Amino acid sequence: MQVGKLSKYLAGGAIWGFIVLELIFFSVAGEFFSVSDKAFMDADNMLLLLKQSAPIGIIAMGMTIVMVNGNIDLSVGAIYAICAIILLDSMTWTMFAGLGNWVIPVAWCLALLTGLVLGAINGLIVWKTGVDAFIVTLGSMLGYRGLVFMYNGEQPTSHLNWTLVDFAEAQFLGLHTATWFLLVVTVAIWFLMNRTVHGRNAYAIGNNREAAVNAGIRVGPHMMINFMIIGFLAALSAVVFYSESGSVNPNDGQLYELWVITAVVLGGTKLTGGAGSIVSTFGGVIAIQLLRKGLAHIGADTSTVNLVIGLILIAVLFLDRQLNVKGKEELKV
Amino acid sequence: MTEIIDQTTPTPVLRLEDIVKTFPGVRALDGVSLTILPGEVHALMGENGAGKSTLMKVLGGIHQPDEGQIIVAEQPVVMSGPLDAKAKGIVFIHQELSLADELSVAENIYLGELPHKRFGLVDWAELEAKTNAILEKLKVGFNAKTRVGDLSIANQQMVEIARALTVDAKAVIFDEPTASLTDAEKVVLFEVISDLQEQGVGIAYISHRMEEIFKITDRISVLRDGQYQGTVNTADTNEENVTQMMIGRKLDLSRNEAHHELGEVALEVRGLSCGSLFEDVNFEVRRGEVVGFYGLVGAGRTEIAETLFGLRNPTSGSIFLDGAEVAITSPHDAIERGISLVPEDRKGQGLVLGMNCRDNMTLPQVDDLKAGPFVADGAEIAIFDQYRDKLDIRTPGWKQLVGNLSGGNQQKIVIGKWLSMRPNVLIVDEPTRGIDVGSKAEIHNLLRDLAAQGYAVIVISSEMPEVLHVADRIVAMYSGRIMRTFTSEEVTEENLIAAISGLNTEKVA
Ligand SMILES: Nc1ncnc2c1ncn2[C@@H]1O[C@H](COP(=O)(O)OP(=O)(O)OP(=O)(O)O)[C@@H](O)[C@H]1O
Ligand SMILES: [Mg+2]
Repeated sequence: MQVGKLSKYLAGGAIWGFIVLELIFFSVAGEFFSVSDKAFMDADNMLLLLKQSAPIGIIAMGMTIVMVNGNIDLSVGAIYAICAIILLDSMTWTMFAGLGNWVIPVAWCLALLTGLVLGAINGLIVWKTGVDAFIVTLGSMLGYRGLVFMYNGEQPTSHLNWTLVDFAEAQFLGLHTATWFLLVVTVAIWFLMNRTVHGRNAYAIGNNREAAVNAGIRVGPHMMINFMIIGFLAALSAVVFYSESGSVNPNDGQLYELWVITAVVLGGTKLTGGAGSIVSTFGGVIAIQLLRKGLAHIGADTSTVNLVIGLILIAVLFLDRQLNVKGKEELKV
Repeated sequence: MTEIIDQTTPTPVLRLEDIVKTFPGVRALDGVSLTILPGEVHALMGENGAGKSTLMKVLGGIHQPDEGQIIVAEQPVVMSGPLDAKAKGIVFIHQELSLADELSVAENIYLGELPHKRFGLVDWAELEAKTNAILEKLKVGFNAKTRVGDLSIANQQMVEIARALTVDAKAVIFDEPTASLTDAEKVVLFEVISDLQEQGVGIAYISHRMEEIFKITDRISVLRDGQYQGTVNTADTNEENVTQMMIGRKLDLSRNEAHHELGEVALEVRGLSCGSLFEDVNFEVRRGEVVGFYGLVGAGRTEIAETLFGLRNPTSGSIFLDGAEVAITSPHDAIERGISLVPEDRKGQGLVLGMNCRDNMTLPQVDDLKAGPFVADGAEIAIFDQYRDKLDIRTPGWKQLVGNLSGGNQQKIVIGKWLSMRPNVLIVDEPTRGIDVGSKAEIHNLLRDLAAQGYAVIVISSEMPEVLHVADRIVAMYSGRIMRTFTSEEVTEENLIAAISGLNTEKVA
């Protein structure tokens, strides 16, 4: 029993141990290799890290619920880009010219609505055709990206609204606006998954679809809602990020789906569905951001960063597997 | 065909009339009628693939009938889905476990209808209170918060059964509820059933175990190949008659006693231990011998089998095959050395449900059936045909997906798969779980035949009649240890029970 408990605890908390290791490693290594003379664990640096985690992190929360549900969404990067364009471009539309700064909430709502609709389209196709979510969203990833290019060709779409920039750069209780969004989304999705019927049914569906169907759970609508949630969150992520940056390239958000999935999987969510936790996903997001930032801190270039993250992903999943196999040896009650 | 009910009988809780249900290539139900009265336990019997589960799925709203009517409390109804059926007071306990094992016991019991407050918030307090009340009635050793995946198969079955108690049921359908229960749990189940009965609930009960049927049921209806064969009062009939109704002929239950010489020791195990699962296990199996492993679920029998098959690494001890010590580190190793294991959990370990019958059966030997770089189709089909006939597997053809076969026929595919490997040592774990009486006798005969042909056979079973019937020697296990080994002459039901309950064995020895 003792051994089993310990390994379970380790399996659940592995990501936090990993984060601690990263912190120690980069703090020590930073002393030798860092180009800047600031410590890695400097408070400002850590606050910045949280802020920079937000775009991926917000989407990762949606990805967790979609993956727990037994699906996957590859189109988030494209949705992110479309919503960013809608956000920035709509502020320049003549019909909103008279609104003054009131254009900001309007643009936000438009962008969020777009995300919701694009997600709903994914969900509806998965529900009604029964085609695997991987295939459906692979298609919509290409299709939505096509829309991005149709909109403005290769040109970036830009619009800076200083009120908006001020809002995005603000700090409240020390945390940046983006960080607040990430935290609120994390709490909200945690609540949704652990406290609501919808969330629990999502787990049941991902875990054993046939059992869920036998119990009368309507699988389709639940899946569609989850695709709408992730669409909405991809849009929210874009809104948070581009309020500050003010310019979208048509290639923005590319590979986001992979970063997001990496974070979610690092956090221990099963690719096959049915198991996963929001808190661990949060850990996964932070772990990746730490790694990117830490490697940059000690002077590694982007290609090294990618290589290391790839290796670590495999190593962590291997470890997780070992720990979980150990747990199985217990006699069952 | 409708059945005639005399005036004195109470209003039935439900009636099925002339139900027809076809699947591609199979007429699973061909005009079946059934009446369930309040407070009765109504057995539904028939061979594997006769259509019992299908009939109950029609009643439970999982399948829609092609023809015929469902009548609840004298009103014709349409069961649009499982929740609809439940709302109409019909609860269905599935044959195959239908659980989400990452979720808690409570969430599984109330799957699909978690109690909730406003805004779809789960009412955890209520959920737990309700669940604990049910679990108390069932006298089980786990609580509402236990993760279902951490439970043994038997306890998972109890979770399924708990679902029957969540609503004010008019009728409860039990589809082979005892297939994986131990004797102690069966007693609890039968208590639950008799409680329900007293409350006037009608019970449909599917099982292949005759002794249960005669112990707890009031009436028996029989299906054969999707056709209704009639209903009899349990008190007015006997096993032989029911069997005859089911299979259309008499069954020869005598044991194949053809005497054969025992050969060399094929498998010997010395001091084998694996963590806390089992300890210091010693036994041997000769060619030509059937050794039965009997014990309660959790006694470590399955784990020993898994160790011999290379699925677990022993912590100490040695294994000898034909006198030579071997290290078996993977199933691949085991297969190479001529050990086959028919696992106890067919769905999880034995079958690829989404693959067809033939491919499932030849899975472990596709490598050997190659013609050049390709798999030899003809050879595969020949193997399938041979074992389909030998085991009497009912399927429209080899192309049928295994997931669409009836439970018993799935089990036969697994057995066929490993028999076709022509192993030296054949280990079968609960070989007749969910198998009808006719095929059960065939499988028992088959195991004895195999032994006569010189195979060494190990049969793990929780059914006492089964081990008594097939085994030459019986190894009794309790809590990871071998308590005693009996020869078929010295064994009695009493001393066997004493040995597996861990009671003082000196007295009987
Ligand atoms: N979904 C399905 N698709 C195709 N055929 C099916 C399906 N479900 C059942 N069948 C077929 O219908 C027939 C009846 O199956 P059913 O499961 O009702 O048998 P059963 O009497 O419950 O047998 P068992 O005792 O083995 O559980 C079988 O021939 C089976 O192969
Ligand atoms: Mg059945």
